[in-house]
Amino acid sequence: MYIIVVGGGRVGYYLTRALLNEGHEVLVVEQNPAICEAVNDELGSICYRGDGCEVASLEEIGTARADMLIAVTGDDEDNLVSCQVAKHKFNVPRTIARIRNPKNESLFKKLGIDVTISSTNIILEHIEEEVPTHPITHLFEIRDKGLEIVEVKIPPGSTTIGKTVKEISLPQGSVLSLIIRKARKPIVPTGSTVIEAEDQIIALIDPESEEALRTTLRGE
Amino acid sequence: MKVVIMGCGRVGAWLARQLDADGYSVTVLDTDPYSFRRLNFPRHLPDYKGTALIGNGIDQEALKRAGIEEADVFFALTQGDNRNVMAAQIAKHIFNVPRVICRIYDPLRQELYSTLGLEAISPTTEFAQTLKERLES
Repeated sequence: MYIIVVGGGRVGYYLTRALLNEGHEVLVVEQNPAICEAVNDELGSICYRGDGCEVASLEEIGTARADMLIAVTGDDEDNLVSCQVAKHKFNVPRTIARIRNPKNESLFKKLGIDVTISSTNIILEHIEEEVPTHPITHLFEIRDKGLEIVEVKIPPGSTTIGKTVKEISLPQGSVLSLIIRKARKPIVPTGSTVIEAEDQIIALIDPESEEALRTTLRGE
Repeated sequence: MKVVIMGCGRVGAWLARQLDADGYSVTVLDTDPYSFRRLNFPRHLPDYKGTALIGNGIDQEALKRAGIEEADVFFALTQGDNRNVMAAQIAKHIFNVPRVICRIYDPLRQELYSTLGLEAISPTTEFAQTLKERLES
């Protein structure tokens, strides 16, 4: 595949290296001459010095035949415009944008960017997992279905302890899929499963009802 | 009529003062509070009585604070083409502002976004055209 990477910073550099290793034809577009030179020194002559949001530079590097454009500069607005130009001017089939402000995710989607990667959210989720008292951990998102898989820990003292799954009024659209207990096999809960303290519950939910699920399960 | 202007540079400030003097309800948004000095100088232009807010126009919260939800017109007039393009699209597609006008210096990008339905003006081509007309007149 011919892949264009816009932005030769750290993300752009390591991404390019990985894509090259997979055997793709990759071209990096970077404005800063020093960064451009560094990339060329390390990875061979694959960095084009130019503005990846400009129609003229994208024309120059043959964007019309690109299979994918990935915009990973540090500025959301630049990544947005780069992907839009690629999409609407050069009909690039797949555009991927890095996003720093998570609030921009829905906007980018609405404006036709195929895939958005929110670096802030990813870092946040990984740190959340490492905070032992964190009540809810995001594990996975199924975007086109509007579903999310989360993990909720039941703290000692929660009012749900001793109740059966049936007795808990879960927010609409939530499914408790798995209960992981210390030193025991994970169980697929049924209506009669009793919740215990320290249970780790894996649930499938609508992202909107996250707060409701958290309060219900943790009995807050 | 309520107007929100992003970018208090020379153009933004001048426009804000003129519209304010004409009776529009104007809010100017800029990340740099120092830029608001342009709303008072030079003195011979009418005094600005509208609102000046510190904030980034590509941030939806800042736009809400500036009253974008009730705005009839939004202008994107910062130095950055991409910032203008993004803010204009937020105003148009998220907040459904009836009239959105943005400045795009790069003529090629201006052309592209015009075809995508944005009311985009390129000062580059407009000014070059003016110069050409001067020469020919």
